Amino acid sequence: MIVGIDVGGTHTDAVLLDNFEIKKTAKVLTDRENLIKSLIEVTEEIFEGEDPGELEKVVLSTTISTNAIVQGKTDRVGMILAAGPGLSSEMLRINEDTHFISGYVNHRGIRVADTDRGEVAGIGNIFKKEGIDHVGIVGKFSTRNPGLETEIGDIINDRFRHISFGHRMSGNLSFPRRIATTYLNAAIWDTYNAFVKNVMEYVKHTKTTAPIYILKADGGTSEISQSAGYPVGSILSGPAASVMGILSLTNGSKDAVALDIGGTTTDIAIFAGGTPLLEPLGVTIEGHKTLIRGLLTRSIGIGGDSRVRYEDGRLVIGPERDGPAAAFGGPSPTPTDAMIALGLTNIGNLDKALKAVKEIAGVKNYSIEEMAKEMFDLVCRKIISAVNEMLREINNKPVYTVHEIFEGKKIKPEVVYIAGGPARPMAPYIDKMLGFPSCIPEHAEVANAIGAALARTTTELTLLADTEKGEMTIAEEGIQTGIPRGFTREDAIGICEDKLRERALRMGAQEDDLDMEIIEDQVFNMVRGMGYTAGKNIRIKAQVKPGLIAGFKKEELNVRR
Amino acid sequence: MSEDKKKTGLIFFPAFDWAISPTHPEREERLLYTQDQVFEEGLLDLDNIVEFKPGLATIQDINRIHICAPDAQSVITQSHLISAGGAITAAEKVMQKEVDNAFALVRPPGHHAMRIVHGARGFCNINIEAIMVEYIRHKYGPRKIAVIDTDCHHGDGSQDIFWHDPNTLYISIHQDGRTLYPGSGFPDEFGGPNALGYTINVPLPPNTSDEGFLFALDNLILPILDEFKPDLIINSAGQDNHYSDPITNMSFSAQGYAILNDRLSPDIAVLEGGYSIETALPYVNVGIILAMAGIDYSHVTEPDYDPDAIRQTPQTSRHIEQQVSYIYNLWKNRESQRAGVVKGGEYARRDKSIFYDTDGISEHQEETVRICDECGGLVTVNSRASTGNRIFAVMIPGQSCPACRKKGEEIFESTNKGSYNYMYFQDRDRDIFLVK
Repeated sequence: MIVGIDVGGTHTDAVLLDNFEIKKTAKVLTDRENLIKSLIEVTEEIFEGEDPGELEKVVLSTTISTNAIVQGKTDRVGMILAAGPGLSSEMLRINEDTHFISGYVNHRGIRVADTDRGEVAGIGNIFKKEGIDHVGIVGKFSTRNPGLETEIGDIINDRFRHISFGHRMSGNLSFPRRIATTYLNAAIWDTYNAFVKNVMEYVKHTKTTAPIYILKADGGTSEISQSAGYPVGSILSGPAASVMGILSLTNGSKDAVALDIGGTTTDIAIFAGGTPLLEPLGVTIEGHKTLIRGLLTRSIGIGGDSRVRYEDGRLVIGPERDGPAAAFGGPSPTPTDAMIALGLTNIGNLDKALKAVKEIAGVKNYSIEEMAKEMFDLVCRKIISAVNEMLREINNKPVYTVHEIFEGKKIKPEVVYIAGGPARPMAPYIDKMLGFPSCIPEHAEVANAIGAALARTTTELTLLADTEKGEMTIAEEGIQTGIPRGFTREDAIGICEDKLRERALRMGAQEDDLDMEIIEDQVFNMVRGMGYTAGKNIRIKAQVKPGLIAGFKKEELNVRR
Repeated sequence: MSEDKKKTGLIFFPAFDWAISPTHPEREERLLYTQDQVFEEGLLDLDNIVEFKPGLATIQDINRIHICAPDAQSVITQSHLISAGGAITAAEKVMQKEVDNAFALVRPPGHHAMRIVHGARGFCNINIEAIMVEYIRHKYGPRKIAVIDTDCHHGDGSQDIFWHDPNTLYISIHQDGRTLYPGSGFPDEFGGPNALGYTINVPLPPNTSDEGFLFALDNLILPILDEFKPDLIINSAGQDNHYSDPITNMSFSAQGYAILNDRLSPDIAVLEGGYSIETALPYVNVGIILAMAGIDYSHVTEPDYDPDAIRQTPQTSRHIEQQVSYIYNLWKNRESQRAGVVKGGEYARRDKSIFYDTDGISEHQEETVRICDECGGLVTVNSRASTGNRIFAVMIPGQSCPACRKKGEEIFESTNKGSYNYMYFQDRDRDIFLVK
């Protein structure tokens, strides 16, 4: 038995899967001030009469980290940046407690200027005096040489509750994103760790020994105590749960578009051969561009309950929602009312829907039917244009080799999965407009919880080897070690896969789920002077990609014809 | 620096799988560290910097500007179509006003490629700026365009292509040709008889540092641009004037490059040479991008930057001041010199021997231009290369006068193929390219 729990903004849903079939579902109201309470409530409800000994694992998708950031419930963080030359410090400063130091490393990871111990200790003193308990240390190119960051950490380590290191956040390049990620990680550290502690205490009271997992932004899971060091990994797990839910309900293996049409927003995700696409560098939260690995989703402010009105003679939909649809007692006409008026669905109060549509039909002297059709058309067109824009962006992503320019893979969706309230009335129109068939997964109301329950453990690692320097780094693991001159690409791939396996297993992966792949594989001859080959620059990135746990063998959901 | 932010398009194509040969300066690794620095600085996340995927140039785009022997397909690789296409993409984004300016950070380069192409010279096969310039005119109509070539090597290819074109002001600032490949680019190379003064060469002595470059910019290039009033300014942006470049001898810095681009304010910049791939290019490119985008670049310096250690000597400064004033006078008096050059003839002829160092090909050319007051003048070229190819080309300039066109058509019609392997007819206004 596996339990998946999704803490949403309004409801907390749970689903109990027995041999991959839904045995039971449960739903409670989310107490935003006390998420643990909601979790316990829903857990007790779903476990009523079940044998805890049968439980294999519990997977939580929670909003704890997201809420902390969105609601600004963050701790003050002292930031120490080793920036070196480049963008001005004013563009890099993330808060008032940001300090710059003189040491730095360059793009090859070579230390150009050393740490000034006195300077660092002085900054530590300032933090102490200010009552700061959390510190973020971030160096430019620290993924190429984590040594400088750890050295800074060693100077001030014993004086602070927690230090987040930039090189541990991701192997990807982008100093500003590394700064933002490290800052957020330290800022929600206490909140997240208190949450983990509470969960563990509750689990201790129950009789289960089953492991607890957290769903991450990339649609993969991590065992909860392992996730404690990287709180930001669990942000935006809601959209990730939704995408993994659609994947588990359809078990698709094609290029596909997934739409989740809600009341206020429509979320779009893209699958390549059944695997959800990831953000190239990392997700964005509250205006912070980060290096947090996450699924590529776009959210547009259009849903079933969006307010529809005329502005300067133009029909406008959303992004605001005044309440439920008029047919359900809301104040304004909405796309849902249009669908009811057109007879595409028979939910709610027809008269109220007609009346709401009629209210704005007068502007252009439309009949109610014409008006409803206008509204419905516009909603569909807006969604389609957002989907096409997203596909266009993905397929026009710059590439850096001649091979990719001429032979690069393009996403060509063959199916659109549609979830959410208006899925059924809209599907026939959306698939016609997109030009490929749609299908509507069943049990979509608990898709998020199912998605969490069935997601596998994911992770990635980046290995850089520089045979001229005789050094290899795997920043995310804090590895920096010597290599022989004859070190090859094959050696690098072997080590990267071994370390990735270790990391995934430590995070709670099952052997059967270690679907590893190499996602970056570059080797450059480093030539110096007039033709002397000084060494090789090897760059390997490997991942366990997002997907469903082994053993899950649902038939691929058939498309609507 | 100027405080106004600009929307800058970046077309980045490092061609990580393309090299002239494994250890050649023009190899896979060339823009690797530049990519690292641009990515790590997070420049592509800035609101006013947008990256675009390069389009592909077409054979037609090449044939609008070059005569390739035997044909364009045989002298290029796919990578050339991308780098020329990247320059065209940069131009498109600017012309369509999607961005205020754009930088094509692409390879392979092009400014040593001349009008006639038998092979590769100076690491260049086709001239990516010239292809872009003619693309702009083909698509958007006649434009007065200034190409400022800041590569350390004289852009002899670009000079050859723009030599007879009074609507393109070509200024090359470079290390003195007596001390560096290709050995040309002296002030007396000043444009063809119909475009006298519209090719300007500014050779600088070895070890010229930031102040020398910026002196020439402020006292020569910018004043001439003010008078020429171009519709577009293009920086043919080589980065090999850098003090750490392994194949040149100058002392320019990342700060110098950034200030130059800030003051020049090019609409489009296109990467040319620059082979100090690890210690110069990452910083120079970040500096240029920030300067074009109107973002503070004052912190962009090489780790080992020491302005005092590389400062030019007072003698160098004096030499540059004299040089600048001499060249500015040439420009001022360009009209009055024409009579002396034309000498009342109907045609002017020049003979050229060209060596394609990259491919080891020799070529001999006889080029004839019709003296014309109305347009750039009809050009015919008779060329013989050590590949065995012997060709004859008739080239009608852009914005040509009826007389030059008529004469060109007659010549192409009446000339017997005889001993030529190929004969070409190129008419830019009508976008016609014929081979017989």
